[in-house]
Amino acid sequence: MIEIVPCGGNTGSLTRCLERLGAAYRISERPESGVPLIIPGVGSFGGVMAELRSRDLVEWLRGEAAAGTPVLGICVGMQILFDRSEEAGATPGLGLIPGRVVRFARGKVPQVGWNRVEPARGRGGGGYAYFVNSYHAVPESDEDCTYTADYYGAFCAAAARRSATGYQFHPEKSGEFGLELLKEWLLCCANE
Amino acid sequence: MLCKRIIPCLDVQDGRTVKGVKFQQLKDMGDPVELAVRYQEQRADELVFLDITATRRGRSIVYDLVRRVSRELLIPFTVGGGVRSFDDASRLLESGADKVSVNTAAVNEPQLITRVADRYGSQCCVVAVDARRTPDGGCEVLTSGGTNPTGLDALDWCGRAEELGAGEILLTSWDQDGTTDGFDLELTSRVSGSAGIPVIASGGAGGPSHFVDVFTTGKADAALAAGIFHRGEWSIPRLKKKLYQKGIEVRL
Repeated sequence: MIEIVPCGGNTGSLTRCLERLGAAYRISERPESGVPLIIPGVGSFGGVMAELRSRDLVEWLRGEAAAGTPVLGICVGMQILFDRSEEAGATPGLGLIPGRVVRFARGKVPQVGWNRVEPARGRGGGGYAYFVNSYHAVPESDEDCTYTADYYGAFCAAAARRSATGYQFHPEKSGEFGLELLKEWLLCCANE
Repeated sequence: MLCKRIIPCLDVQDGRTVKGVKFQQLKDMGDPVELAVRYQEQRADELVFLDITATRRGRSIVYDLVRRVSRELLIPFTVGGGVRSFDDASRLLESGADKVSVNTAAVNEPQLITRVADRYGSQCCVVAVDARRTPDGGCEVLTSGGTNPTGLDALDWCGRAEELGAGEILLTSWDQDGTTDGFDLELTSRVSGSAGIPVIASGGAGGPSHFVDVFTTGKADAALAAGIFHRGEWSIPRLKKKLYQKGIEVRL
């Protein structure tokens, strides 16, 4: 079972992907402890944090991650795994991965479309992933960055630390490559 | 680096894919879901469905089509045509479309752009602009399927749409549409050069050199075409290989 944390926006393509992979899921106001979580962030860093706060899920999520429950953040859902963002000055993130989130300094913002992502440390293969983002994470430790991509300079496209995993791109919209990544994450959850 | 996107467009009427020149002499091209899956397998980067159904009964078919398509696709898709209100847009997005494109309704009621963007995010809101050259060298926005000249300057309107919350501009050259003579490079370059959001060029694609030109001279972020793909003149893999050989970043 996978818990999808409701935080506004459309989760249709994500749930259809999970169905395709044969993973059972639910979207509940009050997720159950110890069940792997997906945070499908759509909107803004501050907006998603406000949504989580209004449901009293901020401390709960920190506790779950600390206890080892796998947490997957997608797009803005990845960004809120970090400490803070330029998009929401005073609002802290979940702080599961040390680092901050900054705005793209060049090019059209948001970045929209397919970009080539490469494993940060030569593990596995790269592929093309679908992005829609104005901001990107800058992990404090290079060790936490798992995939990089290039948009007028290299940026962190995916990150992981302990039980937390983040994809800046949309695996549910990234063809077979995205499907494989989701499958890998589900397998890791099953092995926990 | 970010790839230039190749986007096949499927015109849909009463649940079937059709193709004609400027909506005339429509020919049945088959089941949209089957065609969509085939384009996905050929590594189309995105798909656009344009509903040209006029009847109310036909309109309800489109929501069912969107649900069926969304179950099959692992790439983003946009649905447009006949989106008259926030409720129309909302229903398409709730049915599984990743983006909606608004055209005439956005010109008539610009706040529609802001409402869709506020509720679903700018990334869901594509503003489609049909533009035609004017004798004085300008470019005028047309609505209602090209039948209604609005007097609006295309460049001004695109800028306004961006301010209102549009996430992308789908720019169709009414002069080039259906001609296979190439995209309107000057129009595309002017709009894309001044826009902070991606511009999808449309109208006039006939061969690989047109795509090369629109991505370089035209500064387009994506290019949309229908006829050359539907007629089988160019497959997406062959087209992308040509673009790659010309040094254009594409998703191979």
